[in-house]
Amino acid sequence: MRERKLALSDDILMRIEKPERYIGGEYNSVMKDPSKVAVRFAMCFPDVYEIGMSHLGIQILYDMFNSMEDVWCERVYSPWVDLDAIMRKEHIPLFALESQDPVRDFDFLGITLQYEMCYTNVLQVLDLARIPINAADRGENCPVVIGGGPCSYNPEPLADFFDIFYIGEGETRYRELLTLYEECKTHCLGRVEFLRRAAKLPGMYVPRFYEAAYKEDGTIERFFPVEEGIPETICKEIVMDVTDTYYPTKPVIPFIKVTQDRIVLEIQRGCIRGCRFCQAGQLYRPVRERDVETLKKYALEMLENTGYEEISLSSLSSSDYSKLPELVDFLIEECGKRHVNISLPSLRIDAFSLDVMNKVQDVKKSSLTFAPEAGSQRLRNVINKGLTEEAILKGAALAFEGGWTRVKLYFMLGLPTETEEDIRGIAELSNKIAATYFDTVPKERRAGGRVQIVASTSFFVPKPFTPFQWAPQCTKEDFLDKAYLTRTAISEQLNQKSIKYNWHEADASVMEGVLARGDRRLCEVIRRVYEKGGFYDAWGEYYDNDRWLTALEECGLSAAFYAHRERPLDEIFPWDFIDCGVTKDFLKREWEKAKREEVSENCKQKCQSCGAAKFGCGICFEPR
Amino acid sequence: MRLRIKFKKYGPVRYIGHLDVMRFFQKAIRRAQINVAYSNGFSPHQIMAFAAPLGVGLTSNGEYMDIEVLSMESISSMESISSMERTSSMERTSSIVSCADVLARLNAVSVHGIEVVSVKVLPDNAGNAMASVAAAEYTVRFRQGREPVTDIQAALPAFLAREQILITKETKKGSREADIRPGIFQLTAEKLSMEEFSAGDSISLRMLLDASSGGNIKPVQVIQALLADHGESLKENALIITREDVYTDVGTLDKRALVPLDDIGFVC
Repeated sequence: MRERKLALSDDILMRIEKPERYIGGEYNSVMKDPSKVAVRFAMCFPDVYEIGMSHLGIQILYDMFNSMEDVWCERVYSPWVDLDAIMRKEHIPLFALESQDPVRDFDFLGITLQYEMCYTNVLQVLDLARIPINAADRGENCPVVIGGGPCSYNPEPLADFFDIFYIGEGETRYRELLTLYEECKTHCLGRVEFLRRAAKLPGMYVPRFYEAAYKEDGTIERFFPVEEGIPETICKEIVMDVTDTYYPTKPVIPFIKVTQDRIVLEIQRGCIRGCRFCQAGQLYRPVRERDVETLKKYALEMLENTGYEEISLSSLSSSDYSKLPELVDFLIEECGKRHVNISLPSLRIDAFSLDVMNKVQDVKKSSLTFAPEAGSQRLRNVINKGLTEEAILKGAALAFEGGWTRVKLYFMLGLPTETEEDIRGIAELSNKIAATYFDTVPKERRAGGRVQIVASTSFFVPKPFTPFQWAPQCTKEDFLDKAYLTRTAISEQLNQKSIKYNWHEADASVMEGVLARGDRRLCEVIRRVYEKGGFYDAWGEYYDNDRWLTALEECGLSAAFYAHRERPLDEIFPWDFIDCGVTKDFLKREWEKAKREEVSENCKQKCQSCGAAKFGCGICFEPR
Repeated sequence: MRLRIKFKKYGPVRYIGHLDVMRFFQKAIRRAQINVAYSNGFSPHQIMAFAAPLGVGLTSNGEYMDIEVLSMESISSMESISSMERTSSMERTSSIVSCADVLARLNAVSVHGIEVVSVKVLPDNAGNAMASVAAAEYTVRFRQGREPVTDIQAALPAFLAREQILITKETKKGSREADIRPGIFQLTAEKLSMEEFSAGDSISLRMLLDASSGGNIKPVQVIQALLADHGESLKENALIITREDVYTDVGTLDKRALVPLDDIGFVC
């Protein structure tokens, strides 16, 4: 058998960090004969291999595409900075891992947009692939660059760089899109005509057929299609039945350790909770559960096909999955026999989950995680986080009785309406949890005598399609003041020695806020940041705030406009042309309720008429 | 019961580091449904031992790993769910009981470039793969355009006639002098003909070197020492190295008797 060729020479592979990132050939990776497929699709996660390989969405699409006989889907990740420099110097074009062929020769380059700070890496990928960065400059033989993922719900800051954005869940429309592509190719209709036709498929946003007009104050006057027949709004695509769809039961197994180094079993999509800061909770409505018997079958198949030593359940809120006890019992039984660990993230801490964790964890008890998100009940009502202090303290007491001694707490700083009082609440809650330990566990049973509370704060970033999309974001200085106040308040607590406090960088949070609610004019900013040498901005060590501020200034734009001002209720947002199911009216109602400190029931308790019922599936049609 | 597994590593997977090869086999052993033994303790792991780590970039025709198994039968992952339909892929996990079957099962779930070539049962008194290593045999060629000026073939007799060959070994605590002459058990060179090596005249060296934990010698150290005698230094990344086999010493204190590690086991 002939060896697979490698795009990189031996000299380069011997010189760079972790050459395994670039050689492909992993177990379950798919090889096809390029002469026997009609479409070659390069699927990219614009970050380093270890991050990209941990993403379930790409695994699902990789599996789906490769199940199509006429398509070969391969993977692409951002080369790490060491290889990036070599590729530029030695003029090596970016290649896909499986065939090691240049991405430039593919039919499609799909890029998933999972977080705003990867936008400069999108430009890195295009540039290294030698694909013109502006979609308008791409010729007939250039791959069609298509974006997807949560950030494509406000695609405007990247509008110049993409030919198409696929809005919504990828399982539904790709077949049609690829068939259309093949037809256009057969009849030599050309790139623009293909895109014109694609723009008329449900879920496809083709930015070149739209224009924005701005008011004098910089807000949007009008956003409109520039050609007859191009839809004014794009409705998100959604999988009606999440049980009967693609599931990657043979995921690619990386040689090196990656971030998510385990089997991932997606038990449901969406979330019933409706936390007002959370974008995923709105975008993926309505909640759709997978059938438990199917999940059991998948779990066993994946244990057999992967050889992984750990399985993890994935969902936005696992505790809300109706058949969780049955599924967990099954996994405990099957995994126990195979020396496979079970990891259960996003569980609410209560008697049930502690019992489960007792069963799945060994003597070395890991830490427990609570996400109160805000320090006071008042602010938790504002954000609609249905977690009470009583529930937290009760959960903590149960956990301490069960032998846990480490608790992690996640909070956000800078939430709308936040006061000093709320911030002190973070310190007080942490203190009460520590006190609960000393009250619950008698001295003689305190192993090591100590409890460890780790309180972490991140800075709140308002996101599109949330009730807080109108809210102002704090400035960097506000954020740092708040972090300082939190630290001071914690140091004043009786149990301060048991509490450790961590906070995030403020700079990048503000820039994330700018990009999240940005418009088309930011394309130029992103391009300039990239041209000044910026990429891997999601990595603290490579993020340079000055580079971003300079680029904003050069373009006559400001962070204040995009991030720090409160938006009036009648403002047209750059993302308003996208229909994610949840209506703007519902979001407005929730924004008003937030200001009145009123909570909303979750989807299981009472329908809030958010609009997602129009999809005709999921929890909206289940008996309550 | 312990199994000694011999495998080859070639092609692009030569860039997979030693620890990742271990992780690869831990998963492959599960996929092959081998009834492997786990250690006791807080975080049980498969009982396995590798002979000698292979450097990144090297290929090999003789890598070794010992695993402890509870039985030769495979674990059938489907036994517990009789209610569920059995597919044909699940049927292949019926019990099988020979070294050849373990070999076939592992290769069925391996990747291109990692290929099991023999599986043997170890006698109870056999030392583990790592402790047993005494020597390793290598084939070494020069990358095109990085051949030395020195005529290696001509230089060999004088090099091997030396009583002492001192080199500087880099260790974690700094560097120290070491005599590698006693650890060069065999060293021969042959010219490759045009047919064998399209790049024209080239040389292929065969080395049998000490690979024990105390005296391990790398092929590059031998070549560097040889070239140093002629005032030449080795170009960067100049060598293409294949480890041919790993040996254990079954001789006496006075007389070495090297045999490949898989000579120790027997086939069942």
